[in-house]
Amino acid sequence: MKVELENRIVSGLEGVGAEPPRTCELVPAPAVLPAAYRETVKAQPRAELERRTVKGPDGVEFEVEPLRDYYCEAGPTVMPAAYLKIVEDLFNWARSRSIWILGFGTGCGAIEMRPLMTPRFDAYRFGIQWRPTPRQANLFVISGYLSVKTLKRAIRCYEQMQNPKYVVGLGSCTINGGMYWDSYNTIKRLDDYLPVDVYIAGCMPRPEALLQGFEDLKKLIRAGKAEGANQYAERFEWYKSNQKQIIHDWDMPDYNW
Amino acid sequence: MAFDWMKIPYALLTLFIVFNFGMLLNALIQKIGARVGRRYGVSIWQNYADLIKNYGLRSSITHGVMYYLGPVFRLTGGVGLLLFVPTIYGSEMFSNLSFAGDLILALYFVFFGTLGMALGAAESGHPHAAIGITRGLSQVTAAELPFALAVFSVALQYQTFSITDIVAAQQGGFTSWTLFTNPLAVAAAMLSFLGSMMRPPFDVVLAPQEIPIGPPTEYHSSYLALMQTNRAIFPIAKIVLYMSLFFGGAASWPIFFLKVFAIYMVSVLVGVSFPRFRVEQSIRWFLIWAVPLGVLSIVLV
Repeated sequence: MKVELENRIVSGLEGVGAEPPRTCELVPAPAVLPAAYRETVKAQPRAELERRTVKGPDGVEFEVEPLRDYYCEAGPTVMPAAYLKIVEDLFNWARSRSIWILGFGTGCGAIEMRPLMTPRFDAYRFGIQWRPTPRQANLFVISGYLSVKTLKRAIRCYEQMQNPKYVVGLGSCTINGGMYWDSYNTIKRLDDYLPVDVYIAGCMPRPEALLQGFEDLKKLIRAGKAEGANQYAERFEWYKSNQKQIIHDWDMPDYNW
Repeated sequence: MAFDWMKIPYALLTLFIVFNFGMLLNALIQKIGARVGRRYGVSIWQNYADLIKNYGLRSSITHGVMYYLGPVFRLTGGVGLLLFVPTIYGSEMFSNLSFAGDLILALYFVFFGTLGMALGAAESGHPHAAIGITRGLSQVTAAELPFALAVFSVALQYQTFSITDIVAAQQGGFTSWTLFTNPLAVAAAMLSFLGSMMRPPFDVVLAPQEIPIGPPTEYHSSYLALMQTNRAIFPIAKIVLYMSLFFGGAASWPIFFLKVFAIYMVSVLVGVSFPRFRVEQSIRWFLIWAVPLGVLSIVLV
């Protein structure tokens, strides 16, 4: 299956002559771990995930099934835009003016996000601020390399965010693995696992490059092209199979918001 | 009893003016805070964008009925407080729904939102929300004590529970404000004011750097937007109450805007100057410094 990537932007490559690929083949992502090692990290039966009976403080006994009780079983659905175009345009304007970033530094690139809060760069004047909880965040910045272990947490955080939500891949590692190309425990192409809206090239990109990337993201949002959450819902099976291909100790529900 | 139906559109107009003033004032205060930190700060329209965006999010999830009612209660607290306090003294249009015993009702509304929030956040089931609510309720209760004492002191002083009468008694030059006729009560109330404006040093309840933002951890989309709406209305409504009780009220909108801004700035000045208290420190601080002032003011009256 061929997929158009016209709304994917690689920020920071303007004028360099390099053109990001415009289409891509939806093929299963390559497995990262060697087969022999993969066997050893298979999900082991764990006591805290098993169904059991618990006695509450008031003496009442009840059944607990951790993988079902705490999470929703329903998968994501495609959410339509507002019926009136003028309303959707207003919402898109507000979304682009108010970008709340999830405060979760997934890799070394997170160090480049901190200066944005300081007087020197001050991202707040562009309507960008950080929220400590995925429920309120709209933008997930994958900051640099993503180890398989962190990918699991990143997926959970991403799924807890509300539609519409955006993902920015920061640094070369999210584009092709960067200097971690032949590492045994990092992913190479972020787009295989989460729908990315903007890549910011560089190792590391400077805070100015981040601001430029956020400006590019704003243009996408204003144009109504940043529909990553809906793409994730449309190609849910594909994303899940890719995710499961490298996360071998999958001990969480398929979809957890 | 005849009810003047015209009061309802007038009250809605007050609400509209106060809401927009609150949105702009909050952004201005954020900007002032940013300038103290040598940042440029958010744009003055930022709160509108945040609000529209949160109302415009497509998906939202619920944890149950109380979770849904939490922000509604909170907004009710803000709107109710505003509607039962006469906003502009001597104006038929903006006296809202005030009546003879409105001071007692206002005191109740100040606390109402926090209680609603406690129920809602508790149902979200998030441990951070539970901790945040525990901290919030302890701190608000401690901060409410000196305020209640000051309010009773003022009510004793003027022998009335009607806010309009209290404002009327303070007319005739600023020397007849409660600020000068009963300074101890005002001091106690202003210390309590610091504690309830959610600014440092008393913002441990929902500071993002603490347990992730406390009670609203699980709130998002329209739920959060309702709370943001209340964020614009409630502080202003509360300041209106303070202004009416202690600073002579306001006879016109320009005076209103000026006084509200000045009173708000008290908490901002303290906030940018002092670091954050932990909850046990802030409770101790209220009990040691603010409550005796309130008791003393009642005794002296």
